[in-house]
Amino acid sequence: MNMELSRRSFLKTSGAGIAGTSLGAFGFGEAEAAVASFIKPFHLANTTEARNTCTYCSVACGIIIYSKGDLRKGEKADIVHIEGDADHPTNRGTLCPKGAALRDIVKSETRLTQPMLRKAGSDTFEPVSWDAALDKIARMMKDDRDANFVATNKDGVTVNRWLTTGFLAASATTNETAFATYKVVRSTGILAFDNQARV
Amino acid sequence: MTNAWTDIKNTDLVVIMGGNAAEAHPCGFKWVTEAKANRGAKLIVVDPRFNRSASVADYYAPIRQGSDIAFLMGLINHCISNDKVQWEYVKAFTNATFVVKEGYGYQDGLFTGYDEEKRDYNKDTWDYEIGADGYAVVDETLQNPRCVWNLLKQHVAIYTPEMVERICGTPKDKFLKVAEMIGECSTPTKTMTSMYALGWTQHSKGSQNIRGMAMLQLILGNIGVRGGGMNALRGHSNIQGLTDLGLMSNLIPGYLNIPTEKEADFATYMSTRGFKPLRPNQMSYWQNYRKFFVSFMKSMFGPAATAENDWGYQYLPKLDVPGYDVLRIFEMMKQGKVNLYFCQGFNPLQAFPNKAKLAEALAKLKLLVIMDPLQTETARFWEDHGTFNKADPAKIQTEVIQLPTTCFAEDEGSLVNSGRWLQWHWPGGSPPGEAKTDTWIMAQIHLRLKELYKKEGGAFPDPIVNLNWSYKDPGDPTAEELAREMNGSVLADVYDPADPTKKILEAGKQLSGFGQLRDDGTTAGGCWIFSGCWTEAGNMMARRDNSDPGDAGMFLKWSFAWPANRRILYNRASCDLEGKPWDPSRKLIEWDGAKWAGYDVPDIAPTAKPGDVGPFIMNPEGTSRLWVRKMMRDGPFPVHYEPFESPVANVIAPKVRGNPAARVFADDWKQFADIGDPAFPYAGTSYRLTEHFHYWTKNNHVNSVLQPEQFVEISEELAKEKGIALGGWVRVWSKRGELYAKAVVTKRIKPMTIDGKVVHIVGVPIHWGFVGAARKGFPANTLTPFVGDANIETPEFKAFMVNIEPSTGPVVA
Amino acid sequence: MFPPIPNPSVSPDAAKPRFGEKDIMRRSASEVTPPAQRLTEVAKLIDVSKCIGCKACQAACLEWNNLTEEIGFNHGVYENPMDLTPNTFTLMRFTEWENPETENLEWLIRKDGCMHCEDPGCLKACPAPGAIVQYSNGIVDFQHENCIGCGYCIKGCPFNIPRISKVDHTAYKCTLCSDRVAVGQGPACQKACPTQAIVFGTKQEMKDWADFRIKDLKSRGFENAGLYDPQGVGGTHVMYVLHHADQPSIYANLPDNPRISPIVDAWKGVTKYVGLAAMGFAAAAGFLHYVVAGPNRVTAEDEENAEKLTEGKGPAKGPPSAPPPAPPSGPAGHEGRAT
Repeated sequence: MNMELSRRSFLKTSGAGIAGTSLGAFGFGEAEAAVASFIKPFHLANTTEARNTCTYCSVACGIIIYSKGDLRKGEKADIVHIEGDADHPTNRGTLCPKGAALRDIVKSETRLTQPMLRKAGSDTFEPVSWDAALDKIARMMKDDRDANFVATNKDGVTVNRWLTTGFLAASATTNETAFATYKVVRSTGILAFDNQARV
Repeated sequence: MTNAWTDIKNTDLVVIMGGNAAEAHPCGFKWVTEAKANRGAKLIVVDPRFNRSASVADYYAPIRQGSDIAFLMGLINHCISNDKVQWEYVKAFTNATFVVKEGYGYQDGLFTGYDEEKRDYNKDTWDYEIGADGYAVVDETLQNPRCVWNLLKQHVAIYTPEMVERICGTPKDKFLKVAEMIGECSTPTKTMTSMYALGWTQHSKGSQNIRGMAMLQLILGNIGVRGGGMNALRGHSNIQGLTDLGLMSNLIPGYLNIPTEKEADFATYMSTRGFKPLRPNQMSYWQNYRKFFVSFMKSMFGPAATAENDWGYQYLPKLDVPGYDVLRIFEMMKQGKVNLYFCQGFNPLQAFPNKAKLAEALAKLKLLVIMDPLQTETARFWEDHGTFNKADPAKIQTEVIQLPTTCFAEDEGSLVNSGRWLQWHWPGGSPPGEAKTDTWIMAQIHLRLKELYKKEGGAFPDPIVNLNWSYKDPGDPTAEELAREMNGSVLADVYDPADPTKKILEAGKQLSGFGQLRDDGTTAGGCWIFSGCWTEAGNMMARRDNSDPGDAGMFLKWSFAWPANRRILYNRASCDLEGKPWDPSRKLIEWDGAKWAGYDVPDIAPTAKPGDVGPFIMNPEGTSRLWVRKMMRDGPFPVHYEPFESPVANVIAPKVRGNPAARVFADDWKQFADIGDPAFPYAGTSYRLTEHFHYWTKNNHVNSVLQPEQFVEISEELAKEKGIALGGWVRVWSKRGELYAKAVVTKRIKPMTIDGKVVHIVGVPIHWGFVGAARKGFPANTLTPFVGDANIETPEFKAFMVNIEPSTGPVVA
Repeated sequence: MFPPIPNPSVSPDAAKPRFGEKDIMRRSASEVTPPAQRLTEVAKLIDVSKCIGCKACQAACLEWNNLTEEIGFNHGVYENPMDLTPNTFTLMRFTEWENPETENLEWLIRKDGCMHCEDPGCLKACPAPGAIVQYSNGIVDFQHENCIGCGYCIKGCPFNIPRISKVDHTAYKCTLCSDRVAVGQGPACQKACPTQAIVFGTKQEMKDWADFRIKDLKSRGFENAGLYDPQGVGGTHVMYVLHHADQPSIYANLPDNPRISPIVDAWKGVTKYVGLAAMGFAAAAGFLHYVVAGPNRVTAEDEENAEKLTEGKGPAKGPPSAPPPAPPSGPAGHEGRAT
């Protein structure tokens, strides 16, 4: 995993004669022991950083995720804060009201945590195992495909399409996930394949 | 985007029309404020509402939703009439000089070849005159009455400032002020940028809205230059990538096409994809189509794709209709023709038009599979939430499987931003509970399906059992494996035909770019435009060097941009015919006497002499197109068409209802309000708010604090007329449904006069539903009509008719 | 672009606060010896003309400070919540203003919150020793363990900023993210602000940057564009660039000429007693109880006087007596004392 957290920053200005705030470098002089109780401790100390991209719009602001625990060491990682990446050319550390609250979408109370099944006519979801859910999906796909696959059209042209099942792909997944999804969906002959580009 | 977010700082004039960048893309909008602060750039906002972008604009002009083409054609008319044209650019870099063949014509809102029955055109006449030499006939003098320039002049003549006021409701003086500011950008040293989004696409003529502005930008010479361009701001974080990768009914990654059933074999399929140049010496890049296609098929089906079986051509499904877009599939679902449906991180019950129809359709499925990090309304469409979602679970037989997925913070991979940058990211947190990545889920489904077919046989198992799935752990392919596959690699050693001892490609190596792709099965490449993203030099998407030579805003060493790491498309057009920058202070590339070089990767062969090869190398013309041959379903030029629901008839073509080439399903016609229907007198529009992202952030406590509850926005005048109080409840209804919301009564919306009639606007933000942290509310799609753009079926969310009345609020059970 | 402050370091060494108790310049209801050398004054500059009202500052503030605000209702406007609260330290306020000169509609959006006055009315009004401190870099910070929740800080604030928590009955407001500033970062709101309508640096840098912005605004026809750094409170460490600096009050009632309320002087006696009492240990409890009548109370009479005074009517008994407060004495408030 290549994290490459460079400390480069934008030291140039465009258009104005100010070379950036001198606070960090000069404002305080040498750090001296201060009474901690007066100033809240900086709570990003001793966290692990990961460079990521905001999940919302396609400005694709750079973010840094601060966690307790290090995934790279095989540990569990609990996200404590997310903030803009000042090194990023587009957002320069800034974030919008959605981006600034990213931690709370990751930790939303309405995150899904286990596979669920709603049976026909039921008024509730019930937990189901991953295996049971995936087996059921594959079974129903196969049965539907075998029953409704169109190998040739009325003119005898090979068309190899499956129209009774549709797949709506996401728009916040990675390219890599999208490519895997493309391969799996297309290999079945599904044509009702679409994404969120229009909405 | 033709350009990049960071390039907007280079502009002189920003036009925000058909979008609301400050609201929907605040951190990208930063570059507008930078251009203003440092270059003295101006910002114009044209919108039905004085919105957040307008709050920092230099000039604001109101416009009625759905009338943008009249405004844009009016601007083109103004520029032509007042000689605000960058002539050198127009003559050399657009098809202005091309002569259109006899027989083509336009009258009363319709082009030649219209078939009212089919709501479609026979496009045979929409073509150039082809000379004896096989090339398109051009008239450099622009005297031929049938050359594109003269046809354009004639086409836009009707859109006078008075006509613009009559159709758009924009006061003439405001329109002229905007036209004057825009006209100034016709000089080679002033550029304008267009920033647009769903405010232009979500109309039954969305594609033509965008063409309209693109044409204006070409006339001003603003395409391919720093600070210019057509900049689609785009929506979700990877909607650019999903589109690039062809996750659509009719696409193959890299904007190749799924065959139609008219293309029974590979030879027929390729026969229409020759892309023969239309001008002498012209580079027509799509002539490499076969290389891209064959390499894609090798990536899909590996050894099973052979020259003998036409690279597995028959493994691909063939279309009988232009596409199975979401509107068509939900129509089919409603008719009981769909049994299984997958929603991967998507909430169609909220996101597509006419919620009542969507719910009816979902209830006819056998199985709905949801893959999502969050609860969605779609997953719970069968749940009864009283007024907010009336349902009788006992009567709904659809089974629903809801699978928990990871989110951005827990996975690894790349996303494509609106500027086409592929940026790699790393996980920072552990997934909650049993959540799994989407890749794992897709792999598991594939492996199980393959196993069933191997065991049981069944309908045409070949593409499933032969799918190339050679990952180290087939049950969980890694992001790196998939990224390398998209980039493409060499499958067998390739030797130089001129010197058989010289190996030019070595088996097993990653390709350095799409220039190495081959059509003989010796290379594989999942998505040709992404080629170069993971080469032998490593993961180019993970690059994080933010140096910016010349302060140009290009950042070539930051991530990877498709194609070929190019940051501004058509950048050859930033130089004059001799290859010198139009504006030396904004140099992008230039011809140094031997080659093209500069701050960006040249969008032309590096040694192609200026004058020999036109800058628009993806087009067989070598030029851009002010008039388009047969590629748009609804006509070679944009025409003002009213929305399907409209307060007035079409002033320029009273007999034409909506976009005449847009597809409408029979039942949906019945659910449109008549033109000028007194039962639905107010012009509705839907939009986003900056505090929320679609239907996700209502799951976020902080964002729910910032905008907790559904509201609609109306003018003080309408509030007074209807007795609606600030902050009071209102009921808003269309012919399809109703919603209850609080009333934001504002000076930022004003009534407009359209063709002599006062029209009030009702603005409906989209973000609420019946799950999440925010207050329960109604999604805007309870109101919106089930019809899409004629070319790509984007729903007409931006213009529809409603009624409104004060209310005591929703009855909560 | 004002150059972004580099990303924070996560190393524990870099996280040591670079200012603290030794830099306290004023302390409520207490005498302090001011530090021999004043830190460079810091400031946050809010350029209203660049603000798009996106509320990223509100979100960033809630996130960084781990504050949980209630999910409210829509009241017919874009503001939410409708006012500052003990959890909402900063709030976008929206005003639709029709400019009588141009007849253009202007949507004035102002980020409200603590101004970190050079002469802080809250601190001067505070009767609880050490509940409010001012560092020599200009940050005015609340020390919750010392707060008695009396609410005098609200009365003393010319900008009506602090709010009392119903949970712990102490006063809350923006800290200028003292924990971030102490490690060389800017406040969370400033970091987030998409258009750099909020920038942070030394006070002098901010004034220079404001000049640059004001020139641009003047070139666009805002002849009265200017800096809001009100001298009635000795200047502030949160300043605004306003397009109409001649009429601050059009920006959601930003005070045209803020001054510390005369009530603060009238309270001097009481606070002195509290101060003494606090030092008198055991005696303190009873006396404090008498004076503040519980964790969130002052005496009814004090309250009544306070209200009348803040309304400019003078105390209940006797004629209006409090003169306008004197400007802070001495350069940069070195000799400033909480009294």
